[in-house]
Amino acid sequence: MLKLEKVQSGYGNILAVKGISLEVNDGEIITLIGANGAGKSTTLLTISGIVPCRSGRILLKGEEIQSLESDAIVKKGVVQVPEGRHIFPQLSVQENLDMGAFMRTDPRKVKDDLDYVYSLFPILKERRHQDGGTLSGGEQQMLAMSRALMARPQLLLLDEPSMGLAPLIIKQIFEIIQKINQESNTTIFLVEQNANLALQVANRGYVLENGKITISGSAKSLLENQDIRKAYLGL
Amino acid sequence: MITFQELKRSFFISLWFVFLTFPIMVIRVDSIEKTVQWRWMNMLYVAVGAFILSLIFRYMMRRKEGQSADDDEETSTSDQHLIHRWLTVPRYRNIIYGVMLTLALVLPLVFSTYQTSIMTTALLYVVLGLGLNIVVGLAGLLDLGYVAFYAVGAYTYALLYHFFGMSFWIVLPLGGMLAAVFGILLGIPVLRLRGDYLAIVTLGFGEIIRLILENWGEFSQGPSGVSNIPRPSFFGIDMSLDTALIYIYYLMIAFVIFTIFIVNRLQNSRLGRAWVALREDEIACQAMGIDKMKTKLAAFSLGAFWAGIAGVIFAAKTTFISPRSFTFIESAIILSIVVLGGMGSIIGVIIGAMVLILLPEYLRFLSEYRMLAFGAILVCMMVFRPQGIIASVRRTYTYNKKETADGEGA
Ligand SMILES: Nc1ncnc2c1ncn2[C@@H]1O[C@H](COP(=O)(O)OP(=O)(O)O)[C@@H](O)[C@H]1O
Ligand SMILES: [Mg+2]
Repeated sequence: MLKLEKVQSGYGNILAVKGISLEVNDGEIITLIGANGAGKSTTLLTISGIVPCRSGRILLKGEEIQSLESDAIVKKGVVQVPEGRHIFPQLSVQENLDMGAFMRTDPRKVKDDLDYVYSLFPILKERRHQDGGTLSGGEQQMLAMSRALMARPQLLLLDEPSMGLAPLIIKQIFEIIQKINQESNTTIFLVEQNANLALQVANRGYVLENGKITISGSAKSLLENQDIRKAYLGL
Repeated sequence: MITFQELKRSFFISLWFVFLTFPIMVIRVDSIEKTVQWRWMNMLYVAVGAFILSLIFRYMMRRKEGQSADDDEETSTSDQHLIHRWLTVPRYRNIIYGVMLTLALVLPLVFSTYQTSIMTTALLYVVLGLGLNIVVGLAGLLDLGYVAFYAVGAYTYALLYHFFGMSFWIVLPLGGMLAAVFGILLGIPVLRLRGDYLAIVTLGFGEIIRLILENWGEFSQGPSGVSNIPRPSFFGIDMSLDTALIYIYYLMIAFVIFTIFIVNRLQNSRLGRAWVALREDEIACQAMGIDKMKTKLAAFSLGAFWAGIAGVIFAAKTTFISPRSFTFIESAIILSIVVLGGMGSIIGVIIGAMVLILLPEYLRFLSEYRMLAFGAILVCMMVFRPQGIIASVRRTYTYNKKETADGEGA
């Protein structure tokens, strides 16, 4: 589905992603783990076209997308839930969801999708007239994910969905991530600092250190890898 | 009721004011007889005046703070909320609009041509305010050079008439469109910037346009301006000055209604929602597939369009324009209208324009203290009502109902 080849990007004269290559297959959950500042968010922002790609190629189903604008990339079915959720605080829950469907032209299916995300997160339906900014952290994460789902992604990029949330909520959210992956056959690219959690739901994983991929493999093999256990799992 | 602390601070403030105003209020140099007059009484007036005003100010501030402290659900029936509720109930809203329209329509019959003419100016600023409101209020782009587009509109009419004899009605849409094109041309390089940077660049653009008009003599007739611009025609009938002014007034009412209609439509459209979303969070918008650049450009050029239209009307109304009509202070006034009225709110902008344009006129009895009083009123308004006279009323969400009905019908 998605393939990165020697991608470099960054900000000003900082190179945050230093030539990484990775591959996401149809229908799988892959995870990119790494410490704070490793360049995980930058990788996702580069895929979405929000941070420009400096060199290398990004291929979506074989087609180069690295020079497209962010809106064109969303239209191709790659939708991101940015780190820190970025919901619209002064718009109601429902209006937030509606912004997710901004570039869709099929109102009837949008309505179905709205029902679908409300069935995934019933709490959002209860809160639908409340301003996004007044939701709790967990609810905001649910809203951010739902809003992305309203764009009907084929590939969903999730940037640290567990950030700042209570363990119980994290568990709920990760269950739903798996559900989304299975039910609507959405490929998921999950970025996490919480490596243990991420590797438990993912099929495969990559480890990013200082803008470079150091280890990759099946989630199972990574969970057993001694270096990773020491560095990221605290075991 | 008044604490000692407040008295003390007010006393110091009055001292400070005496010190500040000493050179202008107390000393007067008579350059003919070469004597210096010391007007000590003035010093006393300033001291007492500042002292009392400061006390009142402090008292009001304390009351306001007290109010917001116990601002539970109970007190949400304050006037602000009342206005909100009125505006959201269609029946009341229509009544308010009806009353405003009737008042506007009978005004020329009751008041003098002079008053009518001032009112026309105020209405012109309503259009300008509504246009800038798209850029600043909805899309959240701080544009300090808005007057440039106003100038483009005015000069479009003046010069197209001067060189080609084109009439008001033909130039009116042209002026708007040309201003919109300028909006796009300026927007393309500038809209990558944000916040303060954008403000500075637009400020510069406003000045550049004015300087070009001032210095490119062959094209714009330089600082002396363009005169003898014809007023709008009415099926070629000759009109006396009075009738012409009243005619322009009614035209202006029609334009304001048209503008309100369009801006209201825009505000609740897909584009309008994209503007608001973009103002709130750019990254999120990009993640949702909103074309940032196009959306901002649309706001910029649509805002400029109204300024262009207003410019054409301005030229036709005053029959004379010069670069001096398009200085930075104009941009500042239009921006104040938007901020004072309440960003993003149409009614707010209308009231803001009325207050800001009519107030200085009706403060004329204060002669040289007019602008001082005007400034003081503005400061007080911003202190006591920072959200503007009428804060923006967010439309209740109707999307879901419509879609459900749609879905059930199918
Ligand atoms: N907006 C930005 N401007 C400049 N540098 C940035 C910006 N965002 C991130 N960086 C830098 O890029 C590097 C990678 O950051 P990021 O991709 O956010 O890491 P991660 O998501 O893995 O924590 C860090 O060194 C960070 O300081
Ligand atoms: Mg990050």
